[in-house]
Amino acid sequence: MTTTEHTSNEGTAAAGTADVVLEVRDLSVTFRSDDGPLPAVREVSYVLRRGEALGIVGESGSGKSVTSMAIMGLLPKGARVEGSAKVLGQEIIGLTDAQISKVRGDKIAMIFQDPLTSLNPVYTIGYQIAEAVLAHRKVGKKAAEARALELLELVGIPNPEQRLRQYPHELSGGMRQRVVIAIAMANEPDVIIADEPTTALDVTVQAQVLEALEAARRETGAALVLITHDLGVVAGHVDRIGVMYGGRLVETGPVEEVFYRPRMPYALGLLGSLPRLDEERHERLTPIVGTPPSLLSLPTGCTFAPRCPMARELCHQEEPRLLAADGSGERVPVAVEDTGAHAAACHFSDELEGARPTDLFRGTAVATEAAEDGAGEALAEVAEGAPGADPEGAADPGTGEVILTVRDLVKHFPIRSKGLLRRRIGEVQAVSGVSLELRERETLALVGESGCGKSTTARLMLQLIRQTSGEVSYRGQPLHTLSPRQMRPLRRDLQLVFQDPFASLDPRMTVSDIIAEPLRIHGQRNGTAKRRVRELLELVGLNPEHGSRYPHEFSGGQRQRIGIARALALNPKVLILDEPVSALDVSIQAGVINLLEDLQDELGLSYLFVSHDLSVVKHIADRVAVMYLGKIVETGTTDQLFGAPAHPYTQALISAIPLPDPVKERTRERIVVTGDVPNPANPPSGCRFRTRCPKFAGELSENERVKCVEEPPELLDRGTGHQDACHYSKAVELI
Amino acid sequence: MLVYTVRRVLGAIPILLLASVLTFVLIDVSGDPLADLRMQQPPPDPSVIQLQEERLYLDRSMPERYWLWITGIGGNGDIGLLQGKFGPSTQSATYDIGENLFLRLGTTLRLVGAAMVFALGLAVLAGVVSAMRQYSKLDYTLTFIGFLALAMPVFWFAGIMQQAGVGFNELVGSQVFATIGDGTYQAQGQDLWGRITNAFAYMTLPTIVLMLTSFASWSRYQRTSMLEVLNSDYVRLARAKGLPNRVVIRRHALRTALIPLTTVAAVGIAGIIDGAILTERVFQWRGLGEFFIAAVEKNDSYALMAWLLLSGVLVILANLIADLLYGVLDPRIRYE
Amino acid sequence: MSETKVPPAPRSTDAESVGGAERTQLQMILSRFVRHRAAMVSLVVLVLIVLGAFLGPFLWRWDHLVHLEIPASVPPGPEHPLGTTTAGHDVLGQLMRGAQQTLKVAFTVSIMGTVVGSLWGAASGYYGGRVDALMMRVVDVFMIVPLLVMVAAIAGNVRGGTTWYAVALIIGFFAWAQIARVVRGVVLSLREQEFVEAAKAAGASPSWIIVRHLLPNAAGPIIVAATLLIAVAILLEAGMSFLQFGIQPPDISLGQMIGDARTAASTRPWLFYPPGVLLLVVCLTINFIGDGLRDALDPRQTMVRR
Repeated sequence: MTTTEHTSNEGTAAAGTADVVLEVRDLSVTFRSDDGPLPAVREVSYVLRRGEALGIVGESGSGKSVTSMAIMGLLPKGARVEGSAKVLGQEIIGLTDAQISKVRGDKIAMIFQDPLTSLNPVYTIGYQIAEAVLAHRKVGKKAAEARALELLELVGIPNPEQRLRQYPHELSGGMRQRVVIAIAMANEPDVIIADEPTTALDVTVQAQVLEALEAARRETGAALVLITHDLGVVAGHVDRIGVMYGGRLVETGPVEEVFYRPRMPYALGLLGSLPRLDEERHERLTPIVGTPPSLLSLPTGCTFAPRCPMARELCHQEEPRLLAADGSGERVPVAVEDTGAHAAACHFSDELEGARPTDLFRGTAVATEAAEDGAGEALAEVAEGAPGADPEGAADPGTGEVILTVRDLVKHFPIRSKGLLRRRIGEVQAVSGVSLELRERETLALVGESGCGKSTTARLMLQLIRQTSGEVSYRGQPLHTLSPRQMRPLRRDLQLVFQDPFASLDPRMTVSDIIAEPLRIHGQRNGTAKRRVRELLELVGLNPEHGSRYPHEFSGGQRQRIGIARALALNPKVLILDEPVSALDVSIQAGVINLLEDLQDELGLSYLFVSHDLSVVKHIADRVAVMYLGKIVETGTTDQLFGAPAHPYTQALISAIPLPDPVKERTRERIVVTGDVPNPANPPSGCRFRTRCPKFAGELSENERVKCVEEPPELLDRGTGHQDACHYSKAVELI
Repeated sequence: MLVYTVRRVLGAIPILLLASVLTFVLIDVSGDPLADLRMQQPPPDPSVIQLQEERLYLDRSMPERYWLWITGIGGNGDIGLLQGKFGPSTQSATYDIGENLFLRLGTTLRLVGAAMVFALGLAVLAGVVSAMRQYSKLDYTLTFIGFLALAMPVFWFAGIMQQAGVGFNELVGSQVFATIGDGTYQAQGQDLWGRITNAFAYMTLPTIVLMLTSFASWSRYQRTSMLEVLNSDYVRLARAKGLPNRVVIRRHALRTALIPLTTVAAVGIAGIIDGAILTERVFQWRGLGEFFIAAVEKNDSYALMAWLLLSGVLVILANLIADLLYGVLDPRIRYE
Repeated sequence: MSETKVPPAPRSTDAESVGGAERTQLQMILSRFVRHRAAMVSLVVLVLIVLGAFLGPFLWRWDHLVHLEIPASVPPGPEHPLGTTTAGHDVLGQLMRGAQQTLKVAFTVSIMGTVVGSLWGAASGYYGGRVDALMMRVVDVFMIVPLLVMVAAIAGNVRGGTTWYAVALIIGFFAWAQIARVVRGVVLSLREQEFVEAAKAAGASPSWIIVRHLLPNAAGPIIVAATLLIAVAILLEAGMSFLQFGIQPPDISLGQMIGDARTAASTRPWLFYPPGVLLLVVCLTINFIGDGLRDALDPRQTMVRR
């Protein structure tokens, strides 16, 4: 947002080292493990100039976090760190504890991923911030506390005096992360390293925290290293970018260069596998086949070669160096100081000039070893047959027969006292009057932030938990009146896919047993079950020979496919997908999304797609319902909802999603919400969103506000089936 | 906090009552208080037995007797917990159970208290050092000592320590360690310095014996808890702030790693009471252990019940203190 | 001792180990156990002790009783390798019999306590809510009186001699509570796992879920707890016998031997040290085996014990 002033240093390669605040050279980190040395980071070099922002992007295991922990000297003792890192010219690798303590927190500060665990639970916020000040400044306690107060104000925490005396558990996640940012800026450091600072947060809160991070940079003039897996977050907030893969930097350059003209197939592939808010639906995603390399047995040559569609003989033999084109067509090594250069570690990066992801990667759904094994051809063919845009393939929204209906669904969870009596002392209103219709062969997305009741709604629809009131019916047959025994045969038609591929598979069962379990429950014989398991494995793009393995032998994406195979075992009509891709890396996620799309076309499934990720939803859904605090605030077709969102909450959600496009991201118009989601045990009166509503706060007059406070808005149709629940709704265009 | 304490105490009463019913029934069916008398040769006069049965309320049914034991209504004024009476003893008609019990409680609590304090202190120290030097020789040594101590029969170790004490005394030619008795008598009339040396002489060996098991299990626990905290995000953030290592360890790691130990230590008190009985037996202390052994040997049901009740109260008390302490140490816990 | 040496960052790497020989889970657990050197050595030692305790009496000349032919108070020598008592017992004979009785008590207690404790804990954890609160209060009742005191009081109260199975029953009656707590904790967390929900979504009945999912996943902690309970029972029985409230003469147990030799440690050390060393070694090996099993069955479990 405010970084443009720093981006103009292209061509200042010769500026020398005067304004370099952080210089990393040939940094390598090796861990010891039971199975041998684990090279987590290999020869990473970069420089950071005063006030500059560098983004480091990579998937899990790429070494992006380990690099910065090594710079901070925070790695466990077993790690071997080689190479050099200089802060303001001072070498900080290999310093003693006493020496590095003087640098940490003073010249270089760090922000960690999980705000819920970053603060010590037994000390007050004020104490923990003041502690950071006192560690480096010879000031009194009073002065440190005054500074703490000032810092809390800077990061935008309301009622800072009161907050100072509170303990971390009394603050929300977004608030805590802002406290961590305040601690980082306490001594006006020259470098701030932010390691996935918003990954654990909801999007609207993410926007607030990123805002606080920008404030911190403005205030301290610190250079920023922003480490993230989210290309959208990077796009709007950094000047330069470094892409990491397999422990190395594989591409570096100014952010626009890397985003618009990637020179390494991996970066290109990442961009192609990303569902985007700013692009047409039905554009098929192009996943990167395979999984990231095991650091224990790195391939010789280019680490990306096994997954690279343009890999050749040379790629498997020789690891490419980070080189840049020098204008004359030659590719030469670049000096680390040359921050304007665009370098890539690829033998054939010239060939990528002007390439689009689809030129290189296929829109396949089978992203795992099956593709290489030649198995799973059935789907590969489906994928081939339906490349790119395929508007006919998707069901026309709103035309199919209604298959699953929910009316006025309410679910209150009691809050009980501890002790023997377990008295009811309150209740959480998880779902308060939700009505939905799911049609045949369509994908209905249920969207909202954590705690909005979307997962509870999904489980109610399957009758996995019982509603407090309301109705659920499947093909006209009421489900909410059935006993578990009566419900059992209907479970064949209604199945569930979970978010966490590590928790949803019983670790003590083989994959075959896991997939066959629904069949066995419904009384299928072993022989038929076995055959069906092979079919299913093939269908989801796994090797049918791998049925005798255990879940821990598979990667996250593969496990998610196993979960899908299990859900498909009984030939269901409806699949309820609870955040099915949010635990996966982007390059893997795309393959699973494609698989879900293919399965829907092939098997005629209806999906209820529960997600917090609007980009994925925009890509996969036909219709969308947005939930906030147990209520649906807006619903419509995907085009309606994203094209002309009417409810302020939907608008804020869409605004908060970072676009993986530097120019668009910096110039777009935003509707920002403040604060956190209220406690669902005690929701606000009238409109539940009013406490955070930008319209309520900024646009409405006193008189108009009365209605919001007193009268809960109903979900009203604005013609064409697009409904919203806002007294003063007005559609706007945001993308 | 006060409300919480009162609620907890009230909540403990039904558990204590239930436990008393269970033990009362078990003690009652497992033995006959007059067994020794009945087996006397030549057999005593039936009237003697009848007299004893009446004195011990054995002529009434078990539920009646339980009711009597609790309330004392309809008794001879020597029974009824609510009246502060613990019932008649088989040992003699004049033996006052309550008086003897509380007389000995002090002696035993002295030993239990000392063992707990030293076990806790050393366990924290060993746990922290182990965690900070994870996988070092020191860590392995402490781990092995822990395993050894957990497998050690307390009374056997007590015997060894006794021998060692005797040997040491012979070696230096003076009574540095007393190996028999609890020293209560010897402390009488001594000045402060005399009391201190006396306490050192009598208490050192039994305390070492009694704290061994608890030290072992708590130090293992403290090591795990410390390791967890050392790997936590907030310790990392404390380091990232620029706090030197010793400040991080003391202020952030140790402070939080101590919290779970309160609960563990409270649960452990039952084991320490067990150990105290065995230790007292070896060192011939006149504490609760001796009272207990005499009560069992004499089939003294009311004395046994009084003993068990007292230990139950001690355990509950320890747990309550731990809970309250937990609330003080951990701001996340709030007692409404 | 299961902390990772590697920070959490490279999570996906361990999941990529596709390839190599396929192994069943049992084989994996076995191989992990075998790698635990202390546990393997312990297992061998324990098996030898068990064999000695149960087969030894058939091979050795003297049993545990008093014999006129045995001279009193003879120090260890060729005739009596571990010496004799004042009354005229052969100490080796006593030691084998004592170990046998101790082991019988311990194994019985472990089986009893594990069965009762697991069922109680599993039911409490699975049903939750008020049932759980009530069942756990019962466990509290069993845990507020110190164990040794309780069992010693009951066993000592019985006149006319307690046999090994009476001792085992009395200990077993009280020793299940700790297991119930462990199992309840495991089941409570398993119950919330997504794979259990997946089974429910597929239409599985409660009994299916308990048998197919909860028990197999709780098996690890239960086996470990059962193993450690053996050691607890051994020390309990020894403590009781030391106070002379356990197995009664003429039968013998290791604790009783130490109790009898309590005052003879300096004059006739051969009476005092062998039973103690044997007790120590048996408990030590069992604890090491328990530790090895824990590492083999669930590397993430931490050490929790009283």
